[in-house]
Amino acid sequence: MMDVIYEIIETVLPFSWTKYIFMKNALLAILLITPIFGILSTMVVNNKMAFFSDSIGHSALTGVGIGVLLGLKSPVWSMVLFSVVFSIFIVIIKNTNTISTDTIISVFSSTAIAIGLIIITKAGFGKYSNYLIGDLLSITPAEIGLLGALLVVVIMIWIIMFNRLLIISINPSLAGSRGINVRMIEILFTIMIAIVVTVSLRWIGLLIINSLLILPAAAARNISRNIRQYHIWSLLISFISGLAGLILSYYWGAAAGATIALLCAVCYFITFALHNKFV
Amino acid sequence: MTNRHGINKTDKIWNNHDCSRGICCSGNLCCTKIEGFGVVRGNTEILKDVNLHIHCGELTALIGPNGAGKSTLLKAILGEVKHTGTLQFIDAKGAHTGHPVIGYVPQQLPFDRSTPASVMDLFAACKTNWPVWFSYLDKARRDVMEALERVNIENLIDRRLGALSGGELQRVLLALALSPLPDILLLDEPVSGIDRVGNEMFYHTVSELRNNYDLTIVLVSHDLPLVAKYADRVALLNKRIICSGTPEEVFKHPEFKKIFGSSFSDEKMNDEGGNKV
Repeated sequence: MMDVIYEIIETVLPFSWTKYIFMKNALLAILLITPIFGILSTMVVNNKMAFFSDSIGHSALTGVGIGVLLGLKSPVWSMVLFSVVFSIFIVIIKNTNTISTDTIISVFSSTAIAIGLIIITKAGFGKYSNYLIGDLLSITPAEIGLLGALLVVVIMIWIIMFNRLLIISINPSLAGSRGINVRMIEILFTIMIAIVVTVSLRWIGLLIINSLLILPAAAARNISRNIRQYHIWSLLISFISGLAGLILSYYWGAAAGATIALLCAVCYFITFALHNKFV
Repeated sequence: MTNRHGINKTDKIWNNHDCSRGICCSGNLCCTKIEGFGVVRGNTEILKDVNLHIHCGELTALIGPNGAGKSTLLKAILGEVKHTGTLQFIDAKGAHTGHPVIGYVPQQLPFDRSTPASVMDLFAACKTNWPVWFSYLDKARRDVMEALERVNIENLIDRRLGALSGGELQRVLLALALSPLPDILLLDEPVSGIDRVGNEMFYHTVSELRNNYDLTIVLVSHDLPLVAKYADRVALLNKRIICSGTPEEVFKHPEFKKIFGSSFSDEKMNDEGGNKV
C-alpha cells in the first residue's frame, strides 16, 4: 500500500526531493499532523492554554526518562501515560488551589524537565536529542499510520464535543448554567492535547512543538469573525506552513519542525498587519 | 382578582391580552414561593429568612443598598449558591412542579473580547450538538433569528461577540436566557456600562416579554425611576425582605426613605405611577 502512495506522490509532485523515501514519509506525516495541530490550536488559544500545553511537552521528557529507566525500546507509551497523568493533575490543582496557575504549572513543568534531563543525560543524550529538536525525516510508515488514526480520533472528538468546549471557552459559568459538565470536558480536552503533544514530540521537537499548537490559531484569530472562518484559517495556515516548511527545510538543510514554526510565525505577523481590514 | 396587597393590579395587566396559558394568573395560581431562604458565606450572614412570593405575568423588581444580597438571592434561586429554605414553583394548574425552567441574565459576562465567535456561534453551540465549526443547520439559524427577534436584535446575528456594546450584549444574553422559554426569568442589571437610553429600552423589552409570554420576572435593579415606571411589584431587600408590594407602597415605606433618601417624592411617584406601561 505504501508503494502505491509513494508512486502517487512522485507523479503528482515530480521534484528532486520526492525521490527520497524519507521525504515522502515526512510529506505524509505533514499532511496528517498539521490538520491535527490546526484544529486543536483553535481551542488551546481560546482557552488561554499556551503555557499549559508548553508544560505538557516538558512533562513528556520525564516520560522519556521513565521509559529509559524501564528499558523500553520506544518510550512513547510511558511518555503518553506520564503526560496524561501530569495534565489531569494540573487541571485539578488549577481548580482547587488559590495560588496563581502560572506558578503552579511552572513548578511542575520545571520539575518534570529536570528529572527528564537528568535521566536522559545519564543514559546518553545523543540517542534522545530528537525529543528536543525533532526529526521528521525519521518517521516510519507504521508511525504515519498512528498519526492517521490520531487525526481520525481528533476529528471525531471535535464533532462530538466542540460546541461544549466553545461555550466553556467563552465563559465557564455560562457553560455551567446550560448544564455542561465543565470539569469533565476540560479534562477530556487536556488529555487529548497531552496525547497529541507527546505522540508527535519526537518528530517536531520539544523546543518548537508549542509554536505549532499556538501560532496557527493565533494568526487565524486576527482575521476571523466567526468560528467557521477561525477553523478554516487555522487549518490553512497550519497546512500551508507545514508543506512549505518541509520543502524549504530540504533545500536549506535545516530542521523541518523549526522551518514550519518560522513560517507560522510569518503568517501571524502578516495577519496581524491585516487585522483591521478583516475584523 | 385582588392580590394580597389589596390592589387591583393584575386586572389591569391581564385584561390587555389573552392569557394563553389559561386562567393561571388571574387567580394568582401560578406562583413561585421562596420560603425561609438563608445564605451564609464564611462567617457572614448574607441572606436571612427571606420570604417572597412571585407571581407569573408580573415584573418584580428587587431593590436594596449595595451588599444587600440581591445578586446572591438570584444565585440562590438558580441553585448556584448553597442556601437554606425552600423554593416552590406552582404551575398554572396548581400542581407542584418542583423544577421550573429558569432563565438567567448575569450582571456581567466576563469573556475574552478578541474571541472569534459570533452571536450565531454562541446560540448554535448552546442549543444544538451540530458542530458550529462545520456549518449551521438552516433550522438552527431560523431558531436563533426567532430568539433574537424576541428582543429586537435580529440584526446582530452575525456580529462578533467582542464587537457588541454593553447594552447589545445584555440583550443577547436575554435572548439566550429566553430559549428555551423559561418559567422564571432572573435578570441582574449591570451597575455600569449601559447608557440611560439603552437601559430604558431594556426595561421596555422586558416589560413586553412579561405581557407576551406570561413570564415570572425578577429583576435586580438600581434604577428607581425605571422601577417605578415598569415594575408591578417591588421588594426591598437588605439581608431580609424589608417590605414588598407595589412601587407606590414600597417607596412610601420609612425604611425605603432611610436607605435611598427621600429624593423620591410622593408627587413624582404619582406621576410615574400614572403612566405605567
